[in-house]
Amino acid sequence: MDLQHTPTVHLQNYSPELRAQLLDYTLQLADTSLILGHRLSEWCGHGPILEQDLAMANIALDLIGETRSLYQYAAELESQGRTEDDLAYLREAVEYKNPLLVEQPNGDFGDTVMRQFIFDGFHFFLLKDLQNSPDSGLAGIAAKSFKEASYHIKWSSEWIIRLGDGTEESKRRIQKSLENLWMYSGELFSMTHTEEQLSQAGLIPDYRTLQPQWEAHVGKVFAEATLEVPQNVFMQKGGKTGRHTEHLGYLLTELQYLQRAYPGLEW
Amino acid sequence: MTTETHIWKLLEDVSDPEIPVLSILDLGVLKKVQVQEDGKVQVTITPTYSGCPAMNTIAADIRLKLLAEGFKDVVVNLQLSPAWTTDWLSEDGRRKLEEYGIAPPVEPDGDIHALFGRDTVVRCPVCQSENTKLVSQFGSTSCKAHYQCNACLEPFDYFKCLK
Repeated sequence: MDLQHTPTVHLQNYSPELRAQLLDYTLQLADTSLILGHRLSEWCGHGPILEQDLAMANIALDLIGETRSLYQYAAELESQGRTEDDLAYLREAVEYKNPLLVEQPNGDFGDTVMRQFIFDGFHFFLLKDLQNSPDSGLAGIAAKSFKEASYHIKWSSEWIIRLGDGTEESKRRIQKSLENLWMYSGELFSMTHTEEQLSQAGLIPDYRTLQPQWEAHVGKVFAEATLEVPQNVFMQKGGKTGRHTEHLGYLLTELQYLQRAYPGLEW
Repeated sequence: MTTETHIWKLLEDVSDPEIPVLSILDLGVLKKVQVQEDGKVQVTITPTYSGCPAMNTIAADIRLKLLAEGFKDVVVNLQLSPAWTTDWLSEDGRRKLEEYGIAPPVEPDGDIHALFGRDTVVRCPVCQSENTKLVSQFGSTSCKAHYQCNACLEPFDYFKCLK
């Protein structure tokens, strides 16, 4: 490839332990954007109208761009000779650390919009804080992607309102999407051991401070959309520690097919 | 003229493959040119959007241009930080965009009203009317939104503000 990524950080200042934690966290962020970006890319050519087909492809592209930067940074943190491609294409499902929400199937357009909306708020507030991280690698990627995430949250918020406060049919269906997906929202803010440690070290935000910001935005949009948030839902989790729903395996089978069948193949 | 200034000048010929009227200098994508003592040239560029597929083409075009001009060893680096902003678009670049039929980004505070807010007034690059409407925030490339003019009915691209 003609393009080389500029090494951004002085990693030698980090202890091996901190480096391992950062690697774990960076992979988790990368996996999350990759899986959601891949899901959105499945819409390409199938969107309900051309503009929204383009919108979903654009958001997918932003997420996959973010993914590449994160995997490149992870490869640098790991420095075992693995590349961004190895990390994306040659890891098993149990090694993936994305939350369960993003691997859920596309369903109908409403399901996709709801999944995106729940994620976008989280992504937006996380990146907003993470761009101030003292770790220049994460901060640089977050600052770049935060600008893009601002467009994503606007898109999905507007669609939630349009579908919720729309026709009888659109309201019925988006309310159902909300009921089906809400159980995956809690995991976004439940912190893993690694996240707790990095947060205590001041390198990443405390997710407990992100949650109220997210709730305020989500609550405002749902109210405007005349949707009812399900109460007393048991929150599913596991993805962030490698325990996934069955959907991830199928997704990875497609995503990784080419590299598994033709190792080292490049465009 | 130093070799570095000379290279900057040469790279005025490298354009954005998706918006060919803009050079990478107009776009603010070219960040740094360094010539080492051994003659190796290091060029640093920054992406407009993370997933911008034009970056590889731009890197290849830079290499080809400099190799054709006799530089033997050329490396193109990608740098994310500080993140690109539409502020880096040159005045010349803005003018060229409008002439090409793409509305330039609106100043000064950008149009990211992520959590709602007012809409940006974008002027039609064809008839200059300010009576235009947003069709979609996402257009033909990552950096553009899709608009339509209510006056002359022409659909057009708007180069989104990114701050």
